[in-house]
Amino acid sequence: MTVTHGPRSRPRRAVPSREGAGRDRFPGPGSTAATLGRVLALGLIIGVALWAAAPLVSARQWIGVGIVAGVTALAVYVYMSPRRLPAKYLLPATLLLVAFQVFPVLYTMSLALTNIGDGHLGTKQEAIAAIEASSVRREPGSAEYRLTVAETDGSLVFLLADPARRRAYAGTEDGLREIRGASFGAGGRVTAAEGYTVLTPAQAAARGEEVSSFAVPVDGGAIRAQGLTRAYEGRATLGYDVGCDCVSDGTTTWRADDERGRFTAPDGTSLAQGWKVGVGWANLTAALTNPKINTHFLGVFVWNLCYAIAVVGLTAALGVAAALVLHHPRMRGVRIYRTLVVLPYAMPAFAMLLVWRDMFNTDFGLVNRMLGVDVDWLGTPLTARVSVLLVQVWLGFPYMFLVATGALQTIPAEYLEAAQVDGATAWQRFRVVTLPLLLLALAPLLVSSFAFNFNNFNGVFLVTAGGPFPSDNPTVGATDLLITYTFRLAFGEQGAQYGLASAISIYVYLIVAVISIIGFRRTRAFKEVS
Amino acid sequence: MRRSFVVLAACLSLTACGGTAADRKPGDASAGEQSAASATLTIWADQKRSETLKPFAEAFAEENGVKAEIVVVAQGQQQTFVTASQAGKGPDVLVGAHDWIGNLVQNGLIEPIHMTEDQQSGYVDVARKAVTYDGQVYGVPYAVENLALYRNTDLVPDAPATFDELIATGRELKEKGEVEQIVGYPISQQNGQSGDTYHMYPLYTSGGAHLFGTKPNGDPDPADLGVGTPASIAAFKKIAALGEKGAGALKRSFTSDNSAAMFVQGKTAFLVAGPWRLTEVRTAGVKYDVTPVPAFKDGDPARGFVGVQAFFVASKGRNKALAQEFVTNTLASADVAKALFDAEPRMPALKTALEYAAAKDPDVAKFEAAARDGVPLPAIPQMVAVWQPFNALIHSIVKGDPVEPAVKAAGKAIAEQLGQTE
Repeated sequence: MTVTHGPRSRPRRAVPSREGAGRDRFPGPGSTAATLGRVLALGLIIGVALWAAAPLVSARQWIGVGIVAGVTALAVYVYMSPRRLPAKYLLPATLLLVAFQVFPVLYTMSLALTNIGDGHLGTKQEAIAAIEASSVRREPGSAEYRLTVAETDGSLVFLLADPARRRAYAGTEDGLREIRGASFGAGGRVTAAEGYTVLTPAQAAARGEEVSSFAVPVDGGAIRAQGLTRAYEGRATLGYDVGCDCVSDGTTTWRADDERGRFTAPDGTSLAQGWKVGVGWANLTAALTNPKINTHFLGVFVWNLCYAIAVVGLTAALGVAAALVLHHPRMRGVRIYRTLVVLPYAMPAFAMLLVWRDMFNTDFGLVNRMLGVDVDWLGTPLTARVSVLLVQVWLGFPYMFLVATGALQTIPAEYLEAAQVDGATAWQRFRVVTLPLLLLALAPLLVSSFAFNFNNFNGVFLVTAGGPFPSDNPTVGATDLLITYTFRLAFGEQGAQYGLASAISIYVYLIVAVISIIGFRRTRAFKEVS
Repeated sequence: MRRSFVVLAACLSLTACGGTAADRKPGDASAGEQSAASATLTIWADQKRSETLKPFAEAFAEENGVKAEIVVVAQGQQQTFVTASQAGKGPDVLVGAHDWIGNLVQNGLIEPIHMTEDQQSGYVDVARKAVTYDGQVYGVPYAVENLALYRNTDLVPDAPATFDELIATGRELKEKGEVEQIVGYPISQQNGQSGDTYHMYPLYTSGGAHLFGTKPNGDPDPADLGVGTPASIAAFKKIAALGEKGAGALKRSFTSDNSAAMFVQGKTAFLVAGPWRLTEVRTAGVKYDVTPVPAFKDGDPARGFVGVQAFFVASKGRNKALAQEFVTNTLASADVAKALFDAEPRMPALKTALEYAAAKDPDVAKFEAAARDGVPLPAIPQMVAVWQPFNALIHSIVKGDPVEPAVKAAGKAIAEQLGQTE
């Protein structure tokens, strides 16, 4: 801001020109350095744009190219001139917001309206292709041909050798025809035949798509390639009929069910390969109405709330306490202590969680061995809950400690001295002076820490995996958070159901959003203290 | 001023994109630019398989005038394959486990492989069955893995005939103070928090129970669920008798890793594990023998799950014909099977390679004997409904919760989940 407006204290109207007093200290908009910087920045933007556009153009993703062009044009427009200062800050922030917040949320919402998941990943065309391809059965006892891929007048021909009978055939889309005078090579394959150009393996591989889909019709089936050097006689047992929009094997008919994205027979069975269809609000309502999901929702939700509140409360209390102790003027060796306290924060949480998990092992874990006890830490609901809390507090308090230490430095010593002069006890000084001022700095972090711990997937999943699971209901564990519970429900080991998972994550998102909004509103109350 | 600015910007942007283009060129398989002259065959494998397959892929590429590239995918291979294939960036050939087949077929991502009867008969039965799904072969198998009983021959010279005898021997050794635990039997998954269906299955089947019935075409039948039946309750009662409130032989704190660690440190005389523990046991210098997992006294045979490693051809790969050629001719060869065995001692699926391996390593024949009663790990996608409830059930049983309600609850949970996935 100082660049264009000069020092803050100077009345703005009094500045004679935009390039006022600051000019000799900062490069002004017209200086060589500023121009060079701008050129570099613009060059970088255009360079990045070209780098991003090249693969999009080659993939013919014109919408993507359009977006890149639009964003680049905007960026160039904003940064080309020394004016439009607010936009210079707003533009990157807005772009990042769109890319990392708005787009993922919208994309999740769009997925929630479909049945996307295992067995329903692709389009109907892909499903039909997969059904037909996997239904081709080899004719039992049929001859295996040695295949040579060749061409005549540019169109593909299969030169087929029957090693048992030493005969050669030319197979086209019209059928099989015997050829005479062909020469055979090693392994009995045709190496040359008059009128046909034999393709090298590389040439054949380049026409791989054609080779794979090529079928030489013969009685009751077709000869297809198995790789580039063998061919077999097989028959597609399932076929798709556009007329009835169904798949049939001659006796059973599977009709397309465009609402569920699968082919279903009259007896209710379906073919394995399905496709992605829009299911409207079904996933979102299923999360509320499906008894499998909603009967346990409340219990999990309450524990989840307790977990997040307990973690935030305990980490904050411990962090502030440690910070106060180390802030005391008569404390010695403060640096060493601070380093030690911050250590858990500096270690990779992921690895630490796994280490803690193994330390809680009943027979081999460090905790039981050191304490000389035989507690089934992660095996009973209460101890498992205590364990996950303990681990998370250990991981989380150094952060609170760091913030509190910083905040304590900013509290003027005069306030406390004044309170002391007024005869306040140590507790009163803490309660009335230090704590409110600390909370001013801590409160927003407590809210974000709550939001983080509410969804602390790693903290629970890596330690207890949601367990222990009661024997009468193996689907929901004692330490399950909403996020770990829904993770297992939607993918875990149950096969991926992205649509349902997206719907549930929208609900989790809403819950966290509401709690955070309330939290941030409450933090405004602290501001009145200052 | 204005002009020099434009020129400068143009120069900068040119160098910028020139630089990136040069950076991207080597090894970018997913770029989508594929010239007609040279197709690139992309193979996804784990670290060990990548190293072994590399020379074969290179020889194949040279012979056919194409390019081959092996990409190491270390984690979450199946999920990565599904996501990448759907986005059109998947490989042409995938190396993986046979129990992925059901899911990959329902997503339309792998191609059938049409082998002749002759070719098929070259494989051991269990491997051939494992890669056959819905009557169709979907992969070329190369290795077979199954559980067996490792025994410390210094502590126990003779193999126990029944599981009851094993427990009795183990308990005796424990009372004498020679070992700390009766048996190293993995009850929990690596994460320690849920039961391990794979390792429990031999005991469960020996107790007379099953997971799914069998359809006429040999596939497991999800309509015939064996969990929650009287037979499964009886089986779990036998297991519960060995658990924490029973004999104390099976404990939830046992994972695959710490069980093996106990065995190599001589803290237990028995270990139930697969061939993947051979190297570890040998390195530790424990005198050991390998025998089939024994059955309960008067029980059914202990039928462990057999896992089969296989090569798959991706449906959405760009070079399907080439991939089929590579898989059915190069990768199905005995040379590849032998090289893979040399890299890691797992039982080869190809009979000729199996002879080679058995001559080289006597343990191979022992694992083969242990696989004889085994059943292929079900490849049907409905298996996803089983894992979570069954894993939780194992924990409840070993912990000592009442058996009957626990088994029924798990059966109900699986049945509900099956209804949902249908």
